[in-house]
Amino acid sequence: MEKMAIEGELSICRAEELKRELLPLYETGRELEIDLSGVTEMDGAGLQLMVAMKIEAIARDVRLSFTGHSAAVMEVLDLADLVGFFGDPVLITRQ
Amino acid sequence: MNLDEALDTFVAEAEELLGNMEDALLGMKRGSAAEDAIHAIFRAAHTIKGSAGLFGLDFVVGFTHTAESVLDLVRAGELEMDAAMVELMLEVCDHLGSLISLVRQGDLPDADLQGSASLLTARLQNYLEKNNPPSLPEVEAAGVVSDCWHISLRFGQDVLRYGMDPFSFIRYLGKMGRIVGMHTLTDGIPRLSAMDPESCHLGFEIRFESAADKETIESVFDFVKEDCRIVILAPHSMIEKYRILIEELPEDDMLLGEILVKCGSLTQNELDAALRIQASAPIGEVLVGQGMVRAPVVEAALEKQKQGRDAKAGEVSLIRVDSSKLDRLIDLVGELIIVGSSASLFAQRSGVAELLEITSSMSRMVEEVRDTALSLRMVQIGATFNRFQRVVHDVSRELGKDIRLEIGGAETELDKVVVEKIADPLTHLVRNSMDHGIEPEAARIASGKPACGTLKLNAYHDSGSIVIEVSDDGGGLNREKILKKAIEKGIVAADANLADQEICQLIFEAGFSTADKVSNLSGRGVGMDVVRRNIQDLRGSIELDSVEGQGTTTRIRLPLTLSIIDGCQVAVGKSSYVIPLDMVIECIEFEGGQDEAGQSGYLNLRGEVLPYLRLREYFEVDEAAQKRQNVVVVQYAGRRAGLVVDSLLGELQTVIKPLGRMFGGVKGIGGFTILGSGEVALILDVQRLLQQAEEREQKNSGRNLTIMEESRS
Repeated sequence: MEKMAIEGELSICRAEELKRELLPLYETGRELEIDLSGVTEMDGAGLQLMVAMKIEAIARDVRLSFTGHSAAVMEVLDLADLVGFFGDPVLITRQ
Repeated sequence: MNLDEALDTFVAEAEELLGNMEDALLGMKRGSAAEDAIHAIFRAAHTIKGSAGLFGLDFVVGFTHTAESVLDLVRAGELEMDAAMVELMLEVCDHLGSLISLVRQGDLPDADLQGSASLLTARLQNYLEKNNPPSLPEVEAAGVVSDCWHISLRFGQDVLRYGMDPFSFIRYLGKMGRIVGMHTLTDGIPRLSAMDPESCHLGFEIRFESAADKETIESVFDFVKEDCRIVILAPHSMIEKYRILIEELPEDDMLLGEILVKCGSLTQNELDAALRIQASAPIGEVLVGQGMVRAPVVEAALEKQKQGRDAKAGEVSLIRVDSSKLDRLIDLVGELIIVGSSASLFAQRSGVAELLEITSSMSRMVEEVRDTALSLRMVQIGATFNRFQRVVHDVSRELGKDIRLEIGGAETELDKVVVEKIADPLTHLVRNSMDHGIEPEAARIASGKPACGTLKLNAYHDSGSIVIEVSDDGGGLNREKILKKAIEKGIVAADANLADQEICQLIFEAGFSTADKVSNLSGRGVGMDVVRRNIQDLRGSIELDSVEGQGTTTRIRLPLTLSIIDGCQVAVGKSSYVIPLDMVIECIEFEGGQDEAGQSGYLNLRGEVLPYLRLREYFEVDEAAQKRQNVVVVQYAGRRAGLVVDSLLGELQTVIKPLGRMFGGVKGIGGFTILGSGEVALILDVQRLLQQAEEREQKNSGRNLTIMEESRS
């Protein structure tokens, strides 16, 4: 299993950089696990990136899971109502 | 531009707009093109509200808002602009006018104004309420069940690059209401390897519960509306609108429909209905349907664009300039003329051909500069005339007479200062004509005239002056009554023998009124003399023509400009005088002998009797007369006379400088000017001289002219 942690901002500022870092992971063909616990900030670009990763994984028939969603990630996923789309187990916090 | 200046601009603009609004309202009353007028009225209200909002003038915004809502309904054809509403809108216009003048003074409305504002608002509200009930159930009948807004968003590709986060808009939206359901569209997002991570591929369907209005919701997306597809459907929108939404968006119809159902904006039944309509509607109808929904939106967008363009075009072709700058320019041009003429004089003396040539082309240029500079100050009198539509409208209502205003010569141009100063005397004349001139309806019908009285304002140019006429088709002046009253008041001697024309002029005497009853408009006997004084201050004159039973015409004659004229320079002894060239008809040699006594007399001008005035005697010049003398024949207001002078010195441009207060009483002199040589020349007041030439001539013939005595100036 390939593991990677995204730290800091998951946003437009680093979108290009993250894409470059993430894409090679698929080449191994192994299961991917992305740790989001270190994400401090997330915007629309970050969300798109997550969705694109998921779609890429489905297209390549690779298992991809996100783990340890930080509060910043959860806030966006809740807002976009996309928690179900990713299907990853998340910790539901009481608002 | 600081805030104060901006506020000044706002006030000036608002006043202009209110003027337009009033014109349009009065135009509607007379039955002119209603649709244009309604648009003009609405735009005026809308723009004033908008600009007032920028300055935080809440009392203006609040009041205008209600009026605008009513006008909007009228514009949409849901309300009819009837006579009662025109009257109401005129009152609204007036109220706005007083609010704007408060803004100018930096005050807030007092209790009185607030009171009248709430009265007006209540009357406006009446219209709004009257209109609402019938339209509401209709909407509900075909609308969807959902009582929430539905917002459909497709962000443009570059939104993220511009540093905007789609979620920040949604979070902001959340502050204005409650996002009941939201679906994020992920279909637009490609797989990671094919994706440009900086482009935005997001779309949202949002069910939104809020009390805010559409405009407010739209304003959330102001920053991105350029490159995003935003559709906002009101609560209980027609299924039809959802159908079009589904159809217009790029996503698969069925999928989108399901999303809408998931959001809760549509029920399954409604979705089915929408899709059924879609399936059965032929393409043409669909397009029409689209057109129908888009029309108001497109129209609004076009309107906005057009307004922007209009405003821009206006900015390009018009510049607001402080009038004191123009005055300064004209002063400078005046100085330039004086210096220029002294240069030509010097060139002539030197006899250097090249110098002469240069100075002559220079003086031609100076002349052009002068004309252009003066034309900067010229405005058409039409705007001033149009203001009287309102005066006539109000006064005729007050008097209970039906009076129509006709305007002629609106494009006649005259000096801005004159236009401003003429407005008051003109108002007085108009009111006077309406009150005293035009008879009550019954009397008009009895004397065989049309029931509706006519008041005419006319302007035209005539021998270097502008003539403004106020005429009515009323009863005319009753000469006997005037004479009786004048004798009663001791204005003329009881045995005075007066010409008709002279009797008419009596009404300009101080303290004169023949009206049997004093109304609050006129008849108090102050006024006509004030009118005459105002006009004389502008170096003008006023006269009256009246045919009993047919009407009265008051004619105001004013000089075209107040500062620079072409003149004819003449000499008497060693001093120079300037006669305005516009008034000079011809110059002839004087054949009368020098030893003839008296200041004035007659001469024979090709068989015509011409009264003349010797300037030497008139101005008491001591030097002995020359052997040969000349006569300058001048004409003013249809009267002619000769002025006897020693020599003719030719044409020149003259800057009129006013005489000091000390010389204010000097008769026959209108001002002075500085000649090229540096000497001072006096400018003759031809009007006054003519009058005196006539008076003296009449006195000599022994007629009683008590009232024409100069003392009343």
